[in-house]
Amino acid sequence: MAMSGLQIYKLLPKTNCKDCGFPTCLAFAMKLAAKQVELDACPHVSDEAKEALSAASAPPIRLIKIGSGDQEFQVGNETVMFRHEKTFYNQPGLTIRVKDTEDAGSIAAKLDAVSNYCVERVGIDMTFNAIAIENTSGDASTFADAVEAVRAKTKLPLVLMSADPDALKAALAKEGGHKPLLYAATTENWEVMAEVAKAGAASLVVHSSNGLDELADLTSKLNDAGVENLVLDPGSRDLAQSLAQLTQIRRLALKQNFKPLGYPLITFPGEVADTEEGEIIAATQYIAKYAGVIVMDRFDPAVAYPLLTLRLNIYTDPQKPISVDPGIYEFNNPTADSPLLTTTNFSLTYFSVAGELDGAGTPAWLLICEAEGMSVLTAWAAGKFDAETIAKAVKTYGAGDKLNHKKITLPGHVAVLSGELEEELPGWEIQVGPREAVDIPAYLKNWS
Amino acid sequence: MPVTVEIPTERWTGEIREVTLGATADEGGTRTKTVTVGGQSTLPFLHFEGETPNPPVIGIEIQDGYPADWSSALLAAWGDVVNDPAAWAQKAEEMGADVIVLKLRGTDKEGNPTTAAQAAATIKAVLGATGLPIVAKGPGQAEADNELLVAVAEAASGERLALGLCEDKNYRTIVAGALAHDHLVVASSPIDVNLAKQLNILISDMRLPLERVLMDPTTGALGYGLEYTYSVMERLRIAALTGDGMTQQPMICFVGEESWRQKESRTAEGVPEEWGDLEKRGITWEIVTATSLLESGADILVLRHPKTIAAMRETIDKLMA
Repeated sequence: MAMSGLQIYKLLPKTNCKDCGFPTCLAFAMKLAAKQVELDACPHVSDEAKEALSAASAPPIRLIKIGSGDQEFQVGNETVMFRHEKTFYNQPGLTIRVKDTEDAGSIAAKLDAVSNYCVERVGIDMTFNAIAIENTSGDASTFADAVEAVRAKTKLPLVLMSADPDALKAALAKEGGHKPLLYAATTENWEVMAEVAKAGAASLVVHSSNGLDELADLTSKLNDAGVENLVLDPGSRDLAQSLAQLTQIRRLALKQNFKPLGYPLITFPGEVADTEEGEIIAATQYIAKYAGVIVMDRFDPAVAYPLLTLRLNIYTDPQKPISVDPGIYEFNNPTADSPLLTTTNFSLTYFSVAGELDGAGTPAWLLICEAEGMSVLTAWAAGKFDAETIAKAVKTYGAGDKLNHKKITLPGHVAVLSGELEEELPGWEIQVGPREAVDIPAYLKNWS
Repeated sequence: MPVTVEIPTERWTGEIREVTLGATADEGGTRTKTVTVGGQSTLPFLHFEGETPNPPVIGIEIQDGYPADWSSALLAAWGDVVNDPAAWAQKAEEMGADVIVLKLRGTDKEGNPTTAAQAAATIKAVLGATGLPIVAKGPGQAEADNELLVAVAEAASGERLALGLCEDKNYRTIVAGALAHDHLVVASSPIDVNLAKQLNILISDMRLPLERVLMDPTTGALGYGLEYTYSVMERLRIAALTGDGMTQQPMICFVGEESWRQKESRTAEGVPEEWGDLEKRGITWEIVTATSLLESGADILVLRHPKTIAAMRETIDKLMA
């Protein structure tokens, strides 16, 4: 739970010595509460105060970093149950699993497909984050060899999966020290696993299928053993039950600041269902509902692209809608005789219009104007989408050079701009389109 | 010392209204079964803290004429029935539909506007072909919707269809049709909690009981505003459970129509290699859209592809288990 400035002040020396660089302890406390300064700036603070303050300032869901260098990804640090309450911060790491019993060729093919996969959407490059290797063979040296082979082919972070601590130790020796995630500590092996994780500077999954009591008990024991970078697997492989478990764990962490379960969650969609569709559905649920790491068994670009798009959608900050870049966009290979339409750069506006233009099947140009990411009516009301803006965009992006005609279609909602735009764009014919995107195909059919 | 975790539950004070589609012979219609949605006293599928008396249901979309604008993947999957709404309705019933969603295209094969008489004949043919409850959806332009839906309402008097879309600009006509001929309405608003609520108020001011109102929050497909729909549905559902009586309507999502309209579900040529196979991509687009909206509160998922339909049926069963 975050503390107020006054609560923090009570824990400080109250000497106003100014060694922290602030005039009074109270001023420093206020800065601490606003998270604008670190407690270390005060050289005189007591150990008890330090402990109380760091416990209070720790995020309710611990931030876990997996991998190293520019491949590192981080999960956790979430603060809300619903994205509309603020936003979801750290996208779940999408991971593909291989088994050490697969032949080298099959593993290599999967690795190539996954590590080279990168697909762009609204100017953002989307990729998978990690490879999991499972010690299906049960043999430590087979596992270590497989990990070595994978490491030689990809820089992606790894999830190393074995019930045998010795196998994990052997694999860690071949992993190259890139801070993998180890799976998994259980009631049977947690003491040895704690040592392996510490020695390998790795994060550790804690697995229990016997309910949240056992899971919380295990994380407490691991904390006492000095392992703090944990990820939880609450065990259920049932769609409804795991929805309940993941929701409960997130609530406990966020609403009750229940530290023993304040960690990111790992899920296995391929174990929830037998079919590919079932795996996709489970992955969809986990992206929306609270997973930190999602380990899948199948990889296909036709599935990867929609899932990465969903992850981008769900983790978009609702307070800052993605706007699209202003400019001229082409639909269905337009020619110099195709119509030119215009609208604002609000992403939802763009996508509604773009969807209709695409679907209509008729060639068209779309001029997107800079309107600070606002929708047509909002931007118009705020003076961000007026005749001047549109005329400027027409000139900046050379719309006239692309066309044989000089006609531009306004959104129906701003028909009122027609007159002014005629003045701003001498020689142009200003046309008024439909108010709603859904009527665009019909409009284009009759356009002349 | 063993740790005891107390499972946190929300104490919700409100619940979703139950809405029943279709009327049997006893109730003044000809449906062989009715479908009830709503009644939840918790967020989707959180069975540990509340009741979900009626599972979400699947509506299968059919149209009153050849859907020339449909993706090749869809046309291949449905075959010849797409030329005949009655045959199409029967096939949809065999495929496991709970509800048939008849979309009136607005124009016939030659491009002439659909007449009221044609719409009336279509709804009669579909009523004759299936015993399932029906949602009748107009072409989406207020004038055409008014004309065709009023004709449909009259031709199917007493059947308890759900008529849509009923929007702020045409709700008076649609609600009057529903009142006169004993139907329901699909109240549609553009991805906004307050507009959804306001429309429900306007509709109930006309004395249509809220037990006969479904809400359409407007579906944004994956990549095309899905996150807006997702969050508005979560907000509506939370408002409903906290006791706001004007947000307690079950929600219907036109998932198939929106996901199959996008470039990703229709285009095989000239797209990045990373997009993968068209058919699989299109089906996944629909499945991912459907699943995320199911998790945010959809009561009726309106779908198009047979593989999505089968997958979502299995998913609803699993989530209700």
